[in-house]
This record gives sequence, C-alpha cells and structure tokens, in this order.
Amino acid sequence: MSSTAAAATIDHHHDPSTATGIPNKKLLMWAFLASDCMFFGCLISTHLIYRLHPPPGVPAARDVFSIELTSFSTFILLMSSLMMALAVNAIQKGNLKSLRACLATTILFGAIFLGCQVYEFSHFVSEKHLTITSNILGTTFYTLTGTHGLHVLIGVIWLASMLAYSFTGRLTEKDSIDVESMGLYWHFVDIVWIVIFTVVYLLEYL
Amino acid sequence: MADALAKPESPVGEAHAAPKALVLWRPEAKTGLISWLTTVDHKRIGFMYGVAALFFFLVGGVEALLIRLQLAVPNNNFLTAQQYNEMFTMHATTMIFLAVMPLSAAFFNFIMPLQIGARDVAFPRLNAFSFWVFLAGAVILNIGWFIHDGAPNGGWFGYTPLTTRGFSPSHSIDMWVMGLQLLGVASIAASLNFIVTILNMRAPGMTMMRLPVFTWMTLVTAFLVVLAFPAITIALIELMMDRLFGTNFFEVSNGGMPVLWTHLFWVFGHPEVYILILPAMGIISEILPTFARKPLFGYPIVVFSGACIGFLGFGVWSHHMFTTGMGTVATAAFSMTTMAIAVPTGVKIFNWIGTLWNGHLTMRTPMRFALGFIWLFMIGGFSGVMHAAAPADAQQHNSYFVVAHFHYVLIGGSLFALLAGIHYWFPLMFGRRVSEGWGKLSFWIIFVGFNVTFFPMHFLGLNGMPRRTFTYDPNMGWNTGNLIATVGAFILGVGVAVYFTVMIYTFFKGERTGSDPWDARTLEWSLPVPVPEYNYRVIPTVHARDAWWYEKRNKDEVARARAAHAPGEASHGIHMPFQSIYPLVSAVGILIGSIGVSVIDADPGPGLIGPKLAVTLAGLAVFLVGVYLWALEGNEGYHVHPEEDHP
Repeated sequence: MSSTAAAATIDHHHDPSTATGIPNKKLLMWAFLASDCMFFGCLISTHLIYRLHPPPGVPAARDVFSIELTSFSTFILLMSSLMMALAVNAIQKGNLKSLRACLATTILFGAIFLGCQVYEFSHFVSEKHLTITSNILGTTFYTLTGTHGLHVLIGVIWLASMLAYSFTGRLTEKDSIDVESMGLYWHFVDIVWIVIFTVVYLLEYL
Repeated sequence: MADALAKPESPVGEAHAAPKALVLWRPEAKTGLISWLTTVDHKRIGFMYGVAALFFFLVGGVEALLIRLQLAVPNNNFLTAQQYNEMFTMHATTMIFLAVMPLSAAFFNFIMPLQIGARDVAFPRLNAFSFWVFLAGAVILNIGWFIHDGAPNGGWFGYTPLTTRGFSPSHSIDMWVMGLQLLGVASIAASLNFIVTILNMRAPGMTMMRLPVFTWMTLVTAFLVVLAFPAITIALIELMMDRLFGTNFFEVSNGGMPVLWTHLFWVFGHPEVYILILPAMGIISEILPTFARKPLFGYPIVVFSGACIGFLGFGVWSHHMFTTGMGTVATAAFSMTTMAIAVPTGVKIFNWIGTLWNGHLTMRTPMRFALGFIWLFMIGGFSGVMHAAAPADAQQHNSYFVVAHFHYVLIGGSLFALLAGIHYWFPLMFGRRVSEGWGKLSFWIIFVGFNVTFFPMHFLGLNGMPRRTFTYDPNMGWNTGNLIATVGAFILGVGVAVYFTVMIYTFFKGERTGSDPWDARTLEWSLPVPVPEYNYRVIPTVHARDAWWYEKRNKDEVARARAAHAPGEASHGIHMPFQSIYPLVSAVGILIGSIGVSVIDADPGPGLIGPKLAVTLAGLAVFLVGVYLWALEGNEGYHVHPEEDHP
C-alpha cells in the first residue's frame, strides 16, 4: 500500500503497511511464543505433579542436583540475553561490526550453557545413577530440561546462521526485524529457564 | 525461520529484489502439477484443503457405515473385535482431524483473506507448508491400513495405559502419535498465520468490529488452536518417550499416573470441540443475514459470545472426567463452568433467531442447511447441558447417550454448517451453482437420515448400551434401536452421496452464475468470478460493517474513495509473492522423519545406526535443506499490472 521513501530513516517500532502497525514477523513470533508458553507450561506441570506424588525409592532431587553449577549456567544464559539485546540495537543502527560481535558473544554464552547441561547430565548419569528410565524424577527432569536445552540449541543454530548470513552482505538495517524476532525467541528461552530454574532447582532447597 | 517468510504488502520494489536472495529455482508455472506443488496462493491452498478433507470425509463415512453394519444385529460377526477397534478409532480421528478441521481450514484459507480485503495471507509460504504437513500427518495416520501392524486401535483419545508399549506393542499407536503430532504442527502453523493475517492485513476502514463474523470466528479458533494444541503435543511427546525410550510418564509400576494423560488430552480435547464448532457458527452468521435480507442481529454480542465460548472452553475439560474420582470440589467447579458455556451459546442462538425475525427469508439450499444447523445444534446443546450435571453424567458416561450428543453437535452442528458453506460459497469459488431441486433433495435426505441414525442412540444410551463394544447380547433390549440407527446411517450415506455427486456434476456442468448471485453482504462477493490471483485490483476501503451491501447502496461515495487511492496503486503494480517448492520439501522431510520414528522397527542396540535412526536422520536432513533454502530465497515477489477492465 504505502511505500516508504528509500532515503527516510527506518522506524523500527511501527510498520505502516500493517493494520496494527506491528510488523508481521514480530506478531507471528509473539503468537508463537504464546503457544510455546503452553508447551512449557504442560511440561513444567508434569514435573511438579510427579514431584508431589513420588513413588517409593525415588532419590531426593536435592541429593542429585549441583546448584552451584546450575547457578553459574543460569547467570551465563541471562548475560546472553543482554548481548542479544545489544545485537538487535546494533542492526537497528546498521552497525554490522557490532552486530557480529554481539551475536558471537550470544552464541558463545549459549554454547557454554549447553556445555554445562551436557556436563550436568553426564555427571548425573555416571555419578548419581539417575537416568531417564530409572525413575519418575529422571523421566520428568531430563525431559523438561532436555526440551529446554533443545530450544537453546535451535536458538544457537539460528544465531549462528544469522551470523554467517551477515557476512554475505545481504543483511542490512532494513532486515533488523529478522534479528529482532530471533531476539524475542532467545529472550523467551531465557525467561522459561528462569521459571525452570526456580521450580525445578530452587524449590528443592526451600 | 521467521526471516524466511514473505510479506505480500512489503514495500520492497523490483529494483533491489534481484541481487538479494540465493535462488536455486523460481517455479513460474501457472497451470499443471508444478503449479499446484509450488503454489502460495491462499485460494489454491484452500481448494486443496477442501479436496483432501472431502476425500477423508468419505473414508471416515465408510468406516462409520462398517461400524453400523456390525452393530445392526446382536452377536454380529461382520467385523472382528480388533477390526471394530480400528474402525471406531480411525472413524473419530479421521472425521475430527482429517475432515472437519481441514474443511474449516479450507474456508479459512479461501474466504477469510477475501473478507478482510487482503491479497493473500501474511505468510504465503508458511500457509503452503501447513497444508503439506497436514497431508503428511494424514498419510502417517493411514499407513497402518496397508501394513502388517494394522491401523491405530486405541481410540481417538488414546488413553494410557492402553496405549503404552506393554498393552499396545505394535507400531499402530506410534503412527497415531506421530500422525496427530504432525497435524498439530500443521494446525498451529496455519493458525499463527491466520492470527497475523486478520490482525495485520485488514483493508483500510476494516476495523475489528466491522470484521465479518466468520473472520472473527476464524480468529478465535486460531487462538484456541495455538493455545490448546501444545497440551496434546506434550501428552504425545510423553507417550512417545515412554514407547520409544522406556521413560516412566505413564508407567504405573514406576509411579507414572495414567490420569495425567487424561487431563492433558482433555485440556486439548475440550477446546478442540470449539475449534470444530466456532467456524461453523461463523458460517451460519454469514448465511442467515444474507438470506434473511437483514444485518446480523446483535453483531457485537454474537462476536463477544464467540470469544467468550473460546475463553470458557479452557476451563471445562474435566467434565470428560467426572467418573475419575476428582473429588467433589473439582467436580462441582467443572460442572458449573460447563453449564456457563450454555449461556453464550444460547445468546448466539437467540441472535440468529433475531436475525430471522421479520426478515424476508429466501429459502435457498444454503439457508436450509443453516436452519437445519440451528435445530440440530440446539438438540445437541440440550443433551450437552445434561452432561454438565455431574450426577447425571455419571449415569450417561461412556454410553450411547454421549455418542448421540456429540454427533448432534458435530454432524448436526459443524457438518451441516460446512455443507451450507460449500453451497453458499460455491458460486464464488467456481462460478457455478448447484440446482435448487437437487440441493434441497440432498438436504432432506441428509436431515432425515441423520435424525433416524442418531436420535435412537439417546434411548440406547439411557438403556445402558456402552460405547466402544463391538457387539451386544440379544436380550438387552437394544435390538430395535440399533437396527433403526443402522438403517438411518445408510439413508444418511445416500444423502451424502447425492450431495457430493451433485456437487461434482455442478463443478463441471452446473448452471453458471455471475459474481454475487445471492446479493450478499461481505467483501468477497465484490470480486469478479473466478477470483483473480491477486484478489483485489484496488484494495477496497471499508465504510460499514456489511461492507458490500453498503458499497452497492452508496456507489458515489465508494467510487470517490476508490478514485482517491487507485492511481497510487496502479503506478507500482500489485505485489505478488513468488511461488516456492521449499514448503513442500520441508514437509516431505518431516514425512520421512516421521516414518522413521513411527513405522520402522527399533534398531538393534545403542550406538548402531540402524534403519530407524538412518531414516529419521535422513528426514531431518531433508527438512533442514528445505528450511534453509526457504530462508535464503527470501520473501521477494514480482509485480503484476492488471488491465483496467474490472469494475
């Protein structure tokens, strides 16, 4: 309908071609995240319900978890959100160099989080003898945190693809909505982790 | 993936479209097989949804007739118990997920963008992807008929522990799980698309409270799909983990609780019934005013009631579980929320009656189906309120009374409205109209056959006949009712056969109509027939709620508004998205991966790449190739400059 003049500055918060002024891709991502909320909500509920009804012989989660390591990886993941926000800011200013630095840091932090999770899982399996089949705690714990880890992995792959794409010369300020919707996804994955960290880990130390 | 999605209204010009993307292949065929496989046109996708839905509707109908044949007389052995289980499982799964939902989706796709004055949906390639994934899910669900494992036989509700590996070791349940999983992905992707389309792609002047009610119900349904399907996605993942990896979600000996499945399933399952009925209510709200020659009575309250049903729909799931022993407080709470649903539903019915009141009714075929809908849906609603009372429900639970109830709301409700919608929009889609005589004949056969089939089931249920048993004893007092129901089912089958035979005949040879044969109210009827690929040559400006009626009565004002912004559009042409093969490629990858997960036997041991893992990974690889090429080809399009000949 309306064609913005090429010379004008780009307004990143209003898209005149849509009826609501919200860019289509942003609205799509928000609606998808609402769906993903229900997705994680059901998994977290499953964990909490079985936590209240443990069959005999299930070890106390407190004896399995290592809160120091998980607190560290939680902190790293939160910091990755900061870097993601800076990355969005960079592309909105058309600063590709800064964008690449911020994306690379976000990827690094995401990878550290994943590394911590891999270490945590293998430690639980080999030292604490908690496997996904051994009891209901193992089943719900690995499924829930593993599903979250899969979300982080998809996010890291997406970020890495965007980083690679930024070297083709095709990524410009006009495409900042692509980085921004990726950022929405990444922040959501972080926020879900805050909930999981609280109700799966911290709750056991009350 | 979001960077991959097209935006037809984007101001991207031809000038910088070319060098940006990595394009391996731009399919340009406008006819032939390639054009259908690569289409991103919402009308063509809607048509494919419709054809697939009608095919599976016939499959599900044949399954229903086989069930009725088996139950026609006591101690019948026309089907074995095993075959009977497959029939009722696949009849329900097929009718819900492969017939009614995609038929609604066909209308969402074809009609909704036209009603809001848009040229396509917000993400045309994602829309194509939704259809292909739907088709992949339908294939996975039905593979069982052709292989040794047999079709799924655990009921459409898939209750654990029956569906766990210990009790159902064959792959048929795996196929049911993966099939539903894919249908969920398809529905969620399509619904996200519809939400963005309705909120963002409305023509100037098309405020939310001017949206046609069908579009409103599309929006509410899309929100229900987006928020309800994750519950079954999780339930299916948990069941799949139990079956594939031996986890303990539903493993009773290790502390698993099968009632968790029941909750998760119905947290999805109850909103699902509104996913099936709300589009139907939208269609009825379009047809009644058109043929009563009056605006819809109480438009805001009809819209609000639809949204209200959607909200309340999330708070009633446990009325499917009154006999699981939830405790009195939970039972009473869910009993009351369930009764509360009757209020907005009743409000809608009164508003439809208000629309008819003092109208100049023209009793065309769509109108007959619409009026049939109101009556039959009301009967289903009455028995629904009876179920809401927990003590009564304890008596009716798992009996044929429940079967009678939900067939009245699903056939008498959803299906009658969809059949009405096919008649109503057929002239817009194909430029032809079903002859009134044949249309009315099929209506009366279907109406009579339906009632003869399902009304006796109320009595059978109250007399204690249980659901899902493949035969019964001759001295239970159920013989007459069952025989009548079977005769009715065949009358219904004849009616449906007449309906579709006439429809196919009309498609090829029916009476030609011009545009707007019903003198209708909403924008889609302002278009020439057949609808051009770009829909609107000039995006309409909307001045009133019944936009097209207003345009027809205020031609001067509309002409002025059109003249004001038409030249601007004409100068740069109409932006059209390129066709793309990658939605299909991605969906094929998903199909291959799902076959790996659900059909192939488990590999011998950990660490070995056997056929199961190999096929699954191959599917994943194809999927990733599709997604990356989809992203890299970008969302560019081309411009068309139609002749100035349309009005």
